[in-house]
Amino acid sequence: MGLTLTQKILARHAGRKGVAPGELILAKIDLALGNDVTSPIAIQAFRSLGATAVFDRERIALVADHFTPNKDIKSAEQVKLMREFAKELGIANYFEVGRMGIEHVLLPDEGLVVPGDLVIGADSHTCTYGALCAFSTGVGSTDLAAAMFSGEVWLKVPETLRIVLSGRPAKWVEGKDVILHIIGEIGVDGALYRAMEYAGDGIAHLSMAWRFTMANMAIEAGAKNGIFPFDAATKAYADGRAKRKYEVVTADPDARYAEEISVDLSALEPVVAFPHLPENTRPLSQVGNVPIDQVVVGSCTNGRIEDLRSAAAVIRGRKVHDGVRMLIFPATQEIYLQAMREGLMEAFVTAGAAFSTPTCGPCLGGHMGILAKGERAISTTNRNFVGRMGHPESEVYLSNPAVAAASAVLGRIGGPDELP
Amino acid sequence: MELRGKAWKYGDDVDTDVIIPARYLNSSDPAELASHCMEDIDASFASKVVSGDFIVAGKNFGCGSSREHAPIAIKASGASAVIARSFARIFYRNAFNMGLPIFEAPDAVDEIEAGDRLAVDMERGSLRNETKGKEYRFTPIPPFMRELVAAGGLLNYIAKRKKGA
Repeated sequence: MGLTLTQKILARHAGRKGVAPGELILAKIDLALGNDVTSPIAIQAFRSLGATAVFDRERIALVADHFTPNKDIKSAEQVKLMREFAKELGIANYFEVGRMGIEHVLLPDEGLVVPGDLVIGADSHTCTYGALCAFSTGVGSTDLAAAMFSGEVWLKVPETLRIVLSGRPAKWVEGKDVILHIIGEIGVDGALYRAMEYAGDGIAHLSMAWRFTMANMAIEAGAKNGIFPFDAATKAYADGRAKRKYEVVTADPDARYAEEISVDLSALEPVVAFPHLPENTRPLSQVGNVPIDQVVVGSCTNGRIEDLRSAAAVIRGRKVHDGVRMLIFPATQEIYLQAMREGLMEAFVTAGAAFSTPTCGPCLGGHMGILAKGERAISTTNRNFVGRMGHPESEVYLSNPAVAAASAVLGRIGGPDELP
Repeated sequence: MELRGKAWKYGDDVDTDVIIPARYLNSSDPAELASHCMEDIDASFASKVVSGDFIVAGKNFGCGSSREHAPIAIKASGASAVIARSFARIFYRNAFNMGLPIFEAPDAVDEIEAGDRLAVDMERGSLRNETKGKEYRFTPIPPFMRELVAAGGLLNYIAKRKKGA
């Protein structure tokens, strides 16, 4: 029986010719990831196993990105624990403030994740690396502890939902709109326990940045992973970055898919997800009058240089609305520097926006942009759950960076075409 | 193993941000996490839940983040299990790794009301709603998962196996 991309990568890492959906397998991992929220629990668990060495010092990445730069004493203690653990066990990929970035942008950009990999991370958005034609999925801290120790993880082989993309997206339509549209169609559990595998000639019109955004939000449809086929864009991204040799994996022509849906990219307009679930989507033209207090551009979903360019192109020469705070979070130090060199930072700051060092900060209501009771934000992040960005009675709307920037100028949710 | 307690009833898509809001994730102390469990959708839960009680919810329980703090908070609150129509996959994994039993019992969930007294037999896969006098069957959890729960989670399970080997 033919294998889907996900099944083929899982089979290779389990030392098998084939695997079938529903099977429990023990697979070797290429990289395990933890952050400052999930690592402390994993480290305690690792120590309670009596373990004194990790399976491979090069294949563990620890990134302090959620509550950093340390927002309070407790956070500082958590990061300290992680830093000391990394030092003691000689973990090669520990990233410190000033040299770090948001994990899911940093690791592929640094070439630590490569095509064909099997990666687990104690963070739900670990599924981001599927953009590189890798299998990656989020797990908890205990799984991370076990993986750091053994280099293996138990996984249930998922069924695959095939999503066939056709056509070219219209102006202002980005990867974020495609994934929000799909989640709006299938729901927040529409791909529960499944792999989402993209196919079709529409993929050629999606930049790597957009593919990362789309794979990143697979979890918002309940999926185990989201994965793109390897093509010229993947090769151009991976070559020159990859720190390890990589293998190109392709789906078999007779692979079996549990379900198939199709999306005509040319028929989409920008999409906005209303509170309090990512599936509550509306096309931008049907949003109505929604005044806002805050705009956030950044996160593992939309903090890449392409995202900042998109927002900066809209904001340049304009001003952030009087009643609005606009916050920009480049996802890594490298992107921060690049935004400086290209004059994007100047465009934002001149417009009246705040420009921050990389952090997950407001996306999860951690720090650096918390909402008060009754306040409303439009954000390029990934979740709009109750209380996600602050007070349980605040609201988060999700959009692409261009729409977020236009909304910052308008003082209400709107698109770039509405700007004078 | 039979679990007994009363039901705390919630809706669909209960996410990890309401099970334990991120503003409390600068701690991993179970008792502290438990004191904020479910706070954003039910301020009374943490103070009124009694040891053995069940959380009963609709589809996709535990969606969102991979934070293990969510099953830790529920377990430390005293709740004995979560019963739902379905679970988000990372929460499902984490719950078993933590030794918190969870069950998918769609028919029972629809008819359970807040405060109903429930008794659950994990091995047989049966749930008795003592208040309503009704009994339901559900697919029992696989033996591997039952071993995890019995051992008190993945780590104890690994430690036990290491000792045995």
